Amino acid sequence: MHPAFSIIVFTTLSGLGYGLAAVLGLGLLDASTLSVKLAHIGALAMIAAGLLASTLHLGNPQRAWRALSQWRSSWLSREGVMAIASFVPLTVTAWFAIVEGRHLAVAGLAGTLMCGATVYCTAMIYGSLRSIQAWNTGLTPLCYLLFAAAGGFLLASVAGYSSGSRGPVCAAIAILFVVAAWICKQKWWTRLRTLAPFSTPESATGLGHIGHVRLFERPHVNENYLTREMGFKVARKHALKLSRLAILSGGLAPVLLLLVAILAGGSAAVPAAVLAVFCYALGLVVERWLFFAEARHAVMTYYEG
Amino acid sequence: MTSLPSLPTPKKLGLVIDLDVCVGCHACVISCKEWNTGGYGAALSDQDPYGADVSGTFLNRIHTFEVVPEGGQVIGEAGEARIVHFPKSCLHCEDAPCVTVCPTGASYKRAEDGIVLVDESKCIGCGLCAWSCAYGAREMDLAAGVMKKCTLCVDRIYNETLKEVDRVPSCVRTCPANARHFGDLGDASSEVSRMVAERGGYDLMPEQGTRPTNKYLPPRPRKPLAASAGSAVLAENTHDAKGFFAWLDGMLDRI
Repeated sequence: MHPAFSIIVFTTLSGLGYGLAAVLGLGLLDASTLSVKLAHIGALAMIAAGLLASTLHLGNPQRAWRALSQWRSSWLSREGVMAIASFVPLTVTAWFAIVEGRHLAVAGLAGTLMCGATVYCTAMIYGSLRSIQAWNTGLTPLCYLLFAAAGGFLLASVAGYSSGSRGPVCAAIAILFVVAAWICKQKWWTRLRTLAPFSTPESATGLGHIGHVRLFERPHVNENYLTREMGFKVARKHALKLSRLAILSGGLAPVLLLLVAILAGGSAAVPAAVLAVFCYALGLVVERWLFFAEARHAVMTYYEG
Repeated sequence: MTSLPSLPTPKKLGLVIDLDVCVGCHACVISCKEWNTGGYGAALSDQDPYGADVSGTFLNRIHTFEVVPEGGQVIGEAGEARIVHFPKSCLHCEDAPCVTVCPTGASYKRAEDGIVLVDESKCIGCGLCAWSCAYGAREMDLAAGVMKKCTLCVDRIYNETLKEVDRVPSCVRTCPANARHFGDLGDASSEVSRMVAERGGYDLMPEQGTRPTNKYLPPRPRKPLAASAGSAVLAENTHDAKGFFAWLDGMLDRI
C-alpha cells in the first residue's frame, strides 16, 4: 500500500496526542503545575493537527462533515464521530486543569476511555479490511492501542519530571508499555512475513484447474490509480532493516533513556525523557511507514506476474 | 445509508463473462470509457493524456493471463499453456465491503436490483472503498476527486429513449465476440443463469467472502496440439487418394 504522508502524520500524531490525553485523564499528574497545563494543550494540539492532516488526502475535503453519518457500518465514520465526541471531555478536563488548576476525575476518566475507543476505531479502519491480509488481524488494533499508551506515558513522564512529581512512576509505566508494544509489533511482523497469501492468481482468475496462472499482459502499459495506490513495493527490499531500526529507535533507545531518567533523576531526568520521546516518535514514524509500505493488497494478484 | 440491503435483492443484475470467447480486443474498455465519460456523474479524466506518462480512470480493464499446466512448460509434454484474456469490472457483490466501509453514505447497493453505485455529490474521495475492494473495481478520478466505478450502465439499461437492443451495458452491446452477457442472475430461468448453470460459471476470489453477482465462464477444454497435427501428417502420404490421383500416385511411384 502507498504510504501517504498525510496518513502517517495523522496516525502518529493523533496516537501520541490521544495517548497523552488518556494518561492525563487518569489524574496521575498534578494539574496545578505549569508543565501539566502545557501537556493538556499539547495533547489537544497534537490530536487536532493529526485530524487536520488526515483531511489532506481527501479528494473533496469540503464534504468531510458527511463522514460522521455512517457510524452504523463504517469504522472510518465511527472514528470521526469518536474523535469529535472525545473533544468534549478532553476540553473540559483541560479547562479545569488550565484555569482552575485541578483534575476533574469524571471528565478525565471519560476522556481516557474515549481516547482508547478513538484509537481502536482508527486501527479498525485498517484491521477490518479483508483485502489487505497483513492488516486483517486483532494484532493491528492491539499494536495501535499499546503504541498510543506507550507514547502517552512517555510524554507524561516528561510532564511529570518537569513538574517535579510522579515522573518516575510515569517513566516506569512507559517502559512497560514500550516493551509490550514492540513485542506485539514483533508478533505482527512475524505473522506478516510467514503469511500464506489468502488470494492467489489461481483464485483471483478461477483458472487454477488448468494450471499455474501468471500475468502475461497488464491492462495498460503505464501505471494506474490501483498500481500507484496498492502496488507500492519500495520498502520491501529494506523492510527487515527498517523494522530493526524502528525497534532500536522506538523501543531500545527510549527504554534506556527512561532508565537513565529513573536512576539518575535530578536535572538529567527531563532531557533524558524528552530525548526518549523524540527517539520513540522517530521509531513510530518508521513503523507506520512500514505498516503501509509492507502491506500487500489482494488486487495485486491481478497485476503481478 | 451504507448498510447493505437487509433482504436479498429481488433482482441481481450483473454480467456473465465468457473467458472461452473473449479475444482481448479491448473494445469493451473503450466503449465503457466513451459512454461513462459523458454519462452518469463526473467525466472519466485522463492525466497527461498526450504526454509520455499517460494514465486515466477506467471502469473496465482487460488483463491477459498465461496458464501453464503442471509440467507443461514444454509444448505437448503435459498439456499446453494457454492465454486467457480476462475482462474485469465491478462484480456488484452481495456482501460488498466497499459499501459498508463508506463513511459518508455515498457508496450504496440498490435494494431493487443489487447494483452498487456511488452518489458522487456525497463522496469525499477518501479512497477507503477502493482499499476494501479485493478486485480493484473502483478507481479514484484524480480530476474530480471522487470514486468512480461500473454503474452497470444504469443510465442505459432502464433508458426507454434507447432502442430495446441498446438497453444493456455499453460493454455488452459493443463486444464483437459476444463474450459478455447481461441479465438477472437472481432469476434461475434467465438466459444468464442458465449459461452459468450449463458452463459452470464461478465467482472470483470466493475466499474474500464478497459473494459477487458477476460470474465467469471457464475456457472450454482445448483440443490438444497433437490432435490438430494429424491432418498435417496426412498430407505427407497418399493412402486416401482415389481415381485419377490414385493412378497418378502409382505412376509417379514407378518412375
